[in-house]
Amino acid sequence: MEKTWNNKAWFFVLPVLLLVAFSAVIPLMTVVNYSVQDSFGNNQFFWYGADWFREVLTSERFHDALMRNLLFSAIILAIEVPLGILVALAMPKKGVWVPVCLVLMALPLLIPWNVVGTIWQVFARTDIGLLGYTVDALGIDYNYVRNVADAWVTVIVMDVWHWTSLVVLLCYAGLVSIPDAYYQAAKIDGASRWAVFRYIQLPKMGRVLLIAVLLRFMDSFMIYTEPFVVTGGGPGNSTTFLSIDLVKLAIGQFNLGEAAAMSLVYFLIILLLSWIFYTVMTNAGTDRPLKGGAE
Amino acid sequence: MTDQATIDHTSLPGAAHSESALAARSRMKAGHFRWKALIPIFYIVFLLLPIYWLVNMSFKTNQEILGTLTLFPQHPTLHNYRVIFTDPSWYMGYVNSIIYVVMNMVISVAVALPAAYAFSRYRFLGDKHLFFWLLTNRMAPPAVFALPFFQLYSAFGLIDTHIAVALAHCLFNVPLAVWILEGFMSGVPKEIDETAYIDGYSFPRFFFRIFMPLIASGIGVAAFFCFMFSWVELLIARTLTVTDAKPISAIMTRTVSASGLDWGVLAAAGALTIIPGAIVIWFVRNYIAKGFALGRV
Repeated sequence: MEKTWNNKAWFFVLPVLLLVAFSAVIPLMTVVNYSVQDSFGNNQFFWYGADWFREVLTSERFHDALMRNLLFSAIILAIEVPLGILVALAMPKKGVWVPVCLVLMALPLLIPWNVVGTIWQVFARTDIGLLGYTVDALGIDYNYVRNVADAWVTVIVMDVWHWTSLVVLLCYAGLVSIPDAYYQAAKIDGASRWAVFRYIQLPKMGRVLLIAVLLRFMDSFMIYTEPFVVTGGGPGNSTTFLSIDLVKLAIGQFNLGEAAAMSLVYFLIILLLSWIFYTVMTNAGTDRPLKGGAE
Repeated sequence: MTDQATIDHTSLPGAAHSESALAARSRMKAGHFRWKALIPIFYIVFLLLPIYWLVNMSFKTNQEILGTLTLFPQHPTLHNYRVIFTDPSWYMGYVNSIIYVVMNMVISVAVALPAAYAFSRYRFLGDKHLFFWLLTNRMAPPAVFALPFFQLYSAFGLIDTHIAVALAHCLFNVPLAVWILEGFMSGVPKEIDETAYIDGYSFPRFFFRIFMPLIASGIGVAAFFCFMFSWVELLIARTLTVTDAKPISAIMTRTVSASGLDWGVLAAAGALTIIPGAIVIWFVRNYIAKGFALGRV
């Protein structure tokens, strides 16, 4: 659509601008303020320069949390994306089962995040949880409170349970937007199932898949509530991801300066990712607009 | 089969034959289909098992939960639900959550509507940067904002009020609503606006009488997603409330740590938080993907 140049449109944007400024810019300025000061208590602050940033960037604790978070994001992407594509491909394209499938699959997405944590905390317990009990009965030594590997497996399975449906829904929306004529042409050519996937479905899903990957990556990068409820960041620090570490630092130890500096570094990483997301989304949108599932 | 179709492709009966060959092939596919259906079935079973376990537990007594592992409640009881519905410190949690979620939903959609219209219809100074800046707020980790939010709202004396949580959740819901609505509005041809002006409609009349009905489904989807993300968020809601506006999810965590072992009530409370989402999702089932993709599917 051709848009007209009109600077008066700013008036329409003004309410959003004021509201988001109030709930984003002012708090962010507080963070910036803290990050360059130190305090001896009694609300007396003095200039601390960039020392907090130096401390954060060189601290082993921050590096470890960042590495854990990156590893976590990589693992869940490697599981959720292929699984999501597989389920989306196998879903019926029309009929009475479609809305039922969609609603059932979207159910985990609508559960409050700490309830998700609670559900899995209970479900994975070896004494009262179905999963933990079954695994234990199979003779596998399983304890997500003490064992690092078990804690990781539990958190990852929980995230797969919680968010794979997002990938499924997006891929499904991309799949149903493919016109029937494409499949008929492929049938006439005698194309194999793999060829249909590789040359028709995958390219057509490309854009939604990209959105799914980026959204999952960014959301997993700020995960807090679910692992916090299940493992509390433990055993030790083994499931302390960036957000959990940040909250520990800010509210647990009340180390405001370092927490603020860490917040800003964290925010800049997210900003960089968002910029990639935005560029990719707007560029992918201009050349071939895809319409799907929404009609 | 395809051979025969190509040989007779000039005559009409041949064409009909190729049609039926195609149909036969898709019928063969339909035979395989039953195997394929196993994947979504297994997946849905995997999704429902933990939820089933929670609901199962919510109907058991604590003795049964801790005693033996049973797949169905042996002595089904509504005691756990009765505890929640008779104790104000429990059921007010649901009321509080719903109050701030609805407030947030109304504020977000109301301010997002004109902004989305501006983004979808006009180009103006800094529009792309502004749009990107809004996105960054959707992507901002709530953990970064928890402490400054607390101080900001303390300074305004808003701690432990519903409006504080509603405003704080605008941080990620307003950008979301703008993005979703912009996606829907861009689907409405601009000629409609122009025709309305030629017919002598003023802008507010055009917007409320003609434009809003056209994007009614978009407004519904945006409202649903604001509802949902405000409903599932805990960190900020917990930070900004003490007692009077405490959301149900925060009450749950507190009870776990305090009394420790009242698993039945905990399960019942958890099961009840799933219901609002499960009800509203039915209305937007065809738009879920569009909403998650920020209106970009």
